Amino acid sequence: MSLIVQGFLWIFVPAHWTTSATSAGIGNALAQHLALSGLSLLVAGVIALPLGLYIGHTGKGRGVAIVSSNIARAIPTLGLLSILLLYLPDVPFLPSGYTPDIVVFALLAIPPLLAGSYAGLEAIDRQTIDAARAIGMTEWQILTKVEIPLGIALIIGGIRSSSLQIVATVTIAPLFTQITLGTFIADGLAQADYVKVVAGAILVAALALIIDGLFAIVQRFVVPRGVSRRPTKEKSTTARGTALAAKTGTPIQEGN
Amino acid sequence: MIEFNSVSKVYPDGTRAVDDFSVVIPSRKTTVFVGSSGCGKTTLLRMINRMVDPTVGTIEIDGHDIANTQPVPLRRSIGYVMQNSGLLPHRRVIDNVATVLLLTKVPKVRAYERARELLDTVGLDRSLANRYPGELSGGQQQRVGVARGLAADPNILLMDEPFGAVDPIVRADLQNETLRLQRELDKTIVFVTHDIDEAFLLGDQVLILEKGAKIAQQGTPEEILANPASEFVANFIGADRGKRRLTVNSNVASDGDDVVLIDAGGYAAGVISAPGGKLATGSASPKSRSVSNKTSQAGDA
Repeated sequence: MSLIVQGFLWIFVPAHWTTSATSAGIGNALAQHLALSGLSLLVAGVIALPLGLYIGHTGKGRGVAIVSSNIARAIPTLGLLSILLLYLPDVPFLPSGYTPDIVVFALLAIPPLLAGSYAGLEAIDRQTIDAARAIGMTEWQILTKVEIPLGIALIIGGIRSSSLQIVATVTIAPLFTQITLGTFIADGLAQADYVKVVAGAILVAALALIIDGLFAIVQRFVVPRGVSRRPTKEKSTTARGTALAAKTGTPIQEGN
Repeated sequence: MIEFNSVSKVYPDGTRAVDDFSVVIPSRKTTVFVGSSGCGKTTLLRMINRMVDPTVGTIEIDGHDIANTQPVPLRRSIGYVMQNSGLLPHRRVIDNVATVLLLTKVPKVRAYERARELLDTVGLDRSLANRYPGELSGGQQQRVGVARGLAADPNILLMDEPFGAVDPIVRADLQNETLRLQRELDKTIVFVTHDIDEAFLLGDQVLILEKGAKIAQQGTPEEILANPASEFVANFIGADRGKRRLTVNSNVASDGDDVVLIDAGGYAAGVISAPGGKLATGSASPKSRSVSNKTSQAGDA
């Protein structure tokens, strides 16, 4: 029997879903995996989305954002995590040792979030925004009533990429104390139990696919009517000379 | 009344888009800024609703310096119609028209009622109200743009090459609609175009602009046609090419008393209709924009 099939079968053994004295259960690991991913995404979103929208709305700081995003991408996650574990204190309400993980994973999620939100706003026809201003919308109204609805597909696209990246990378957290779906991979390797390793890998992959699929659905539904049905032959005058076929652009897929 | 007092606009890179421009734009008339691309005419227009602030000089609306009014309320009080309509693609036609009213806190029911009336005003069927702008033709979108510009019942309507992107037949149609609306609504319209024929058709007052928004000539279409102030003006209105200098063609004998005119190139350009001729005679008071025609034309809507 191949290792893959054995891995699948391992997942469906009921005993593997509950935590025992010797091993973490799948249920518990899944919950912690999602909690750690969700918290990291939240932290990244709170930082990156307003910043990205600001850059997209004003056109200021774009260069700085690109450079710092690229630097953030180059940071070795594992290395940073091990350093931060030594120096970052725990914060209230969070399990012990959570802070460094959240910092590292949030850092990973910021570049795609930032790129999605400013690219989403930049892809909008400049004339539409100019007209909104000329009829007397405040800058805040332009952002909330025009730019975000028209750029939402790319913004959600950014969230989608970053969530995928986080979910996949949270797998390494068990190397330092946390329990996630990666625990089965780490434990399996330590115990030379390769069925367990494969089972862990399948679980991580499945979770990533499900989350990606959910965001794909969300993305389809948030695009406002009138935009999705727009005939594509229309020419668009987009910002800073980038010619895009559709006025809202298409989602950026990156990372994962 | 809109008054430009020695207005200049210099961009950070040193370009002088507008150089010491002064003019008075009378109320309830159509004033047309006409000139080639880059002459600064759109910049002038956008100064009136503070989309562009002048570097030097002041602009007054009915005696009040607009620099003392916040841009947002000022813009809401002035209608703005632009090329390519500038409609919000994610909102229905009716929402687009009602936008300005809702921004100024007009109750929803009242705003939508007014928006539907405006669709009638600009000659759009109410069945289009729930469509999205992308589902309309260019001419229909432009009409929605005009309806939106009129929504808050502004005294001033700014029109920035509104018919530049539609085909000639639709354009002629929209131009006539503009004349009709002006007869009915009596707005102060400031209109920007690069099309001299459009300027002469719509303008009570026409300003021909050279680079830097320098006024080459200012006057009624008749005054400009009769006495082009310079070679630039003559060139711009096509007088020097003979397009507008017509002579009686003596070669073709006409049936009645009508006389065929030819332009300087020798091409037939039109007919002078005599009282006994076949063609209808024109009115001596110029065109449909004259106020005296107002009552007789009011039934058009």
